[in-house]
Amino acid sequence: MQPIISIRQLSKTYASGFQALKSVDLTIRRGEIFALLGPNGAGKTTLINIVCGIVRPSSGSVTADGHDVVRDYRAARALIGLVPQELSTDAFETVWSTVTFSRGLFGKPPNPAHIEKVLRDLSLWDKKDSKIMTLSGGMKRRVLIAKALAHEPKILFLDEPTAGVDVELRQGMWQMVRELREKGVTIILTTHYIEEAEEMADRIGVISKGELIVVEDKAALMRKLGKKQLTLSLQAPLQKIPDALAGLPLELAAEGHALVYTFDTQREETGIAALLKQLGELGIDFKDLHSSESSLEDIFVSLVHAGASADKPVNQKEAA
Amino acid sequence: MNWHAIRAIYRFEMARTFRTLTQSIAAPVISTSLYFVVFGAAIGSRMGNIDGISYGAFIIPGLIMLSLLNESISNAAFGIYMPKWSGTIYELLSAPVSSMEVVMGYVGAAASKSVVLGLLILVTARLFVPYHIAHPFWMLCFLLLTALTFSLFGFIIGLWADNFQKLQVVPLMVVTPLTFLGGAFYSINMLPPVWQKIALFNPVVYLISGFRWSFYGVADVNVGISVAAIAGFLALCLGAVWWIFRTGWKLKA
Repeated sequence: MQPIISIRQLSKTYASGFQALKSVDLTIRRGEIFALLGPNGAGKTTLINIVCGIVRPSSGSVTADGHDVVRDYRAARALIGLVPQELSTDAFETVWSTVTFSRGLFGKPPNPAHIEKVLRDLSLWDKKDSKIMTLSGGMKRRVLIAKALAHEPKILFLDEPTAGVDVELRQGMWQMVRELREKGVTIILTTHYIEEAEEMADRIGVISKGELIVVEDKAALMRKLGKKQLTLSLQAPLQKIPDALAGLPLELAAEGHALVYTFDTQREETGIAALLKQLGELGIDFKDLHSSESSLEDIFVSLVHAGASADKPVNQKEAA
Repeated sequence: MNWHAIRAIYRFEMARTFRTLTQSIAAPVISTSLYFVVFGAAIGSRMGNIDGISYGAFIIPGLIMLSLLNESISNAAFGIYMPKWSGTIYELLSAPVSSMEVVMGYVGAAASKSVVLGLLILVTARLFVPYHIAHPFWMLCFLLLTALTFSLFGFIIGLWADNFQKLQVVPLMVVTPLTFLGGAFYSINMLPPVWQKIALFNPVVYLISGFRWSFYGVADVNVGISVAAIAGFLALCLGAVWWIFRTGWKLKA
């Protein structure tokens, strides 16, 4: 299937000389939720702004559903909805008029029924006649989403959609994003909330210092780069790991009161049974044990740090 | 052509005017009416005719032009500056609209407001001063062309400005003095010969002169030159707007 967004060798150097993007290659699959992660200043918003036509690329190309975003900008932009990071709104306008304006601006004829549906879906219907300046931050964020959905886009960019949004509203937005995906809308979101990407995304891209350092299915990424640990709470503290266990991936923690065993979940033999047997033979008793898995946040941090030190892609299978 | 977008921008801008009727319409009409009261009904009766026209009637075209220029510039400059200031410009830049469509929406709305305002001032003037219009068609042409040209100029100022002070600099520090010195209250022919020559470097002289000709058939400069001057400035503004959108100056990184 043809990708809905195709980014080739995209670079951006601002007039100040700052290189925000360095030859980025990326394809976005039709109908997926793609999360773009990266620290502040990594190039996430620049990438989005180039695709949406707000920033001019220095080199490279971007197509949206086969339409070049520069040469064939009308067709490309008509497909795209953007929810920006900043809460930029027309303070003195009503919710209804600003959303209706957005639909017209994107070349669609008036459709009050659609605007009503969007506002109802976002729990904004009872605020339709309110001026935007009277709304809370969370409601303003929803107004921006309503504006982006007013022209029925095929592709939706959500730049930090849940920044400053309370937990309940965040859950509601996640649900809305899932429903949009079910209707065939492709969603690209940037976020600082790793749990948001973990909860929502089909694939993850990590960008650091203008370079895409990994693009991978979320589950595969977690399988590949995630690690599992077994922590044993010891009856009596150890000063050091016994020589008999020296070859195993063990660490002492909690000032010798805990023994942490790191293992690969992908291997057939985790080595846990052998470890427990050896501990019994050495007379090392434990009173409790529990296992834990790396979160996406752990993976993200390790990738960014690895990217910073190694400066080379971990995996760009999708980008190739 | 994205007509829906042009209509959306136009209606959005016009709605802003209707929300602020006092500031947008009533205030300029009242302040211009005060000129008619003072210079037309009060002082005007003690002044002699100029080119055979009573003083009160003589100043009508100049005063309409004064409001028209300032309001055209302010409306268009404010219209495009506000999205820049509030950050909502992102939507305009990411929409499937061409620069021409954006200009048509914003400048069309600003020019419409100015023309309505000009006609309202014209009607209000009738309450204080009797006048006639010798060439109504040309009067409307001058009104429309001037409103359009200076709305375009205002649009450029709105793109250029990066604070509210800059928005006001050109209307207050440039346009108003040029209008006062451009024959709004007197005929250029009344000036000493040297100042008559210097006044010809003031572009507003041509606007007021041409507009006054459409009322009373008398002009300080040839009416053809007035039309050419407006057309020339219009072409200059169109060129500047085209360049701004082509390069993304002050709009795109």
